[in-house]
Amino acid sequence: MSSLAAERRSNGGAGASTTAGSDAAVRLLGASKRFGKVVALNDATLSIRRGELMTLLGPSGCGKTTLLNLVAGFLVVDDGEIEIDGKRVNEIPTYKREIGMMFQNYALFPHMSIADNVGYGLRMRGVAKPELKRRVAEALSLVRLSGVEDRRPHQLSGGQQQRVALARAIVVSPKVLLLDEPFSALDRNLRASMQIEIKEIQRQLGVTTIFVTHDQGEALSLSDRIAVMFEGRIRQVGSPDEIYRRPADRFVASFVGDVNVLRGRLDRTDGQAVVTVGAARISVPGEPLARVRSGDPVDLFVRPEQLRLASAGEPIAVEGTVAAHIYQGGYVNLYLEAPEVCTSRVLMRSLEPDAINRWPTGTRVGVSIAGSDAMAFEVESASQSVQGKEEKLDASP
Amino acid sequence: MLGIAGTLAVLAILGFVILPAAVVTVAAFNDKAILAFPPETWSWRWFAKALAYEDFRSGFRNGLIVAGWASSIALLVGATFAFALDRYAFPLKRTIEAVLLSSLVVPHFTIGLGFLILAAQIGWARGFAVVVACHVVLVLPFVLRSVYVSLRNLDQRLELAAASLGASPGRVLATVTLPLLAPGLVGGWLLAAILSFNEFTASLFVTAQRTQTLPVAMYNYVREYADPSMAALSVLYIVATATLLTVANAYLGLGKVLNVESRR
Repeated sequence: MSSLAAERRSNGGAGASTTAGSDAAVRLLGASKRFGKVVALNDATLSIRRGELMTLLGPSGCGKTTLLNLVAGFLVVDDGEIEIDGKRVNEIPTYKREIGMMFQNYALFPHMSIADNVGYGLRMRGVAKPELKRRVAEALSLVRLSGVEDRRPHQLSGGQQQRVALARAIVVSPKVLLLDEPFSALDRNLRASMQIEIKEIQRQLGVTTIFVTHDQGEALSLSDRIAVMFEGRIRQVGSPDEIYRRPADRFVASFVGDVNVLRGRLDRTDGQAVVTVGAARISVPGEPLARVRSGDPVDLFVRPEQLRLASAGEPIAVEGTVAAHIYQGGYVNLYLEAPEVCTSRVLMRSLEPDAINRWPTGTRVGVSIAGSDAMAFEVESASQSVQGKEEKLDASP
Repeated sequence: MLGIAGTLAVLAILGFVILPAAVVTVAAFNDKAILAFPPETWSWRWFAKALAYEDFRSGFRNGLIVAGWASSIALLVGATFAFALDRYAFPLKRTIEAVLLSSLVVPHFTIGLGFLILAAQIGWARGFAVVVACHVVLVLPFVLRSVYVSLRNLDQRLELAAASLGASPGRVLATVTLPLLAPGLVGGWLLAAILSFNEFTASLFVTAQRTQTLPVAMYNYVREYADPSMAALSVLYIVATATLLTVANAYLGLGKVLNVESRR
């Protein structure tokens, strides 16, 4: 397994020298793809660094799978360019792109043994038998699945099949590894451990990886960087922390993580943007509010963990009634009705295990806003309303 | 669950379905030279006679030749069209499919008569070519459906996976598509061969003395004689076909081909 990693690194090194210092392993320049009248991907520009794990995150139909298929060569762009390793690959067919791909359903060849599945890419590359055998064994040991070489895919569990799929994709030392919703078929516990493992293997091999998911938690925990997509466009590219704490727009703010949307009023003083909600004054980044005049209403986006029950003397932002509790083990989700500032229920977290008893349903509470990570955006007209995370909050009891 | 009346009804229906085959089988062992049921004395001799009769022997050989060629050509044509219909969008797709399947709704004697008239025009009426051509048309729908269903069941992501691993289109076909389609292809071929071998109505028009297939030879025999060798031959027919299908089902999973079992 160490030599597989070494091969990977040496390949990477060779690639780097040919691209004259560019550190982009994959680049999209204004890539667009239409299916009939539907624009699946609209003018996407994205640069993925060598060795990076880039996540494409968005709801279904956002274009993330289209983007992945364009990089894989399963689809051809209508406009724009795609580069792998500094070379334009628009017209290069999939089988010459030197990629590795892991499919949502794993797509293991049912008529081949596990060893033949994993060795398939090496056979296509004409690797000699002894070396092929050695590399297959290495790849299987890297994914911790030795001893199943002679079995057929249908004889393995879902988690094992996933390991085979990963081994098959990485054994060829691909220039880029493509993962299409790889965890969606696994149950929750297995999913968490596979996520950690795949992340470790990816690190170890240093293989550039594009990972597609609609699960924002998965994206936040695995990615080096995330590209958030919606309606065919890349809305924001950044580290998980940037995406979570400094979302570029309403969509990103509401899709990534839980968020409360509170109605406030903009108060611009000395170039500083401050939003007034209830008795609280919250300073927010000014850039998204360039078109809003002082005194106009704005939507303040606040994460549940930034809200807490106000202690005496603290300015109260939201006054509401406890409507429901959800016990989550380590914390309790409190849902508040506060119709003056929020159309749906306000979600906050309490780490106190007896929160349910201390603030039973119907209790009037005052909530303050802590921290400096609140964001404010223009109030949107109903027609632009963003679907996604807000639905999830509405669906709560 | 069914009750006595229900059980009897089911048994009656099942009995009715296998009755003809059962009657013929019993009649085949009649020692007398008449087709009678039930026989009074028993014998194997009509089996020996059927196997020795020259028209049956040549009919069997002709049937194999025709079935072999017709089903192979139908497989090639049907598989190609099934592939095109499954994978590509093109104008008149539905019309083309309807034409290919049309022999399912056109009576066999119409098709046979049509081929006879055409073949007489170009002077081919005495050869195997017209019989084979006629049978290709007759069995094509079955091959087409069989391959089409297999293609539908084939997860195209397997082909994409192969391509992503560096397999050129030709190698994807050879290492993934064809091996996975094999049951459908072989099953379709077998189905076509059996249908062709058993086909009578159209064959009656397009075969000549030299090219007559087994069902036609049997028909000609029964017009002149009424001894149990016909019944004996029928029994051999049933046993051979059933054996073939059983073996094919065991090795190929015809259930999958005919889409009666779910894949996952």
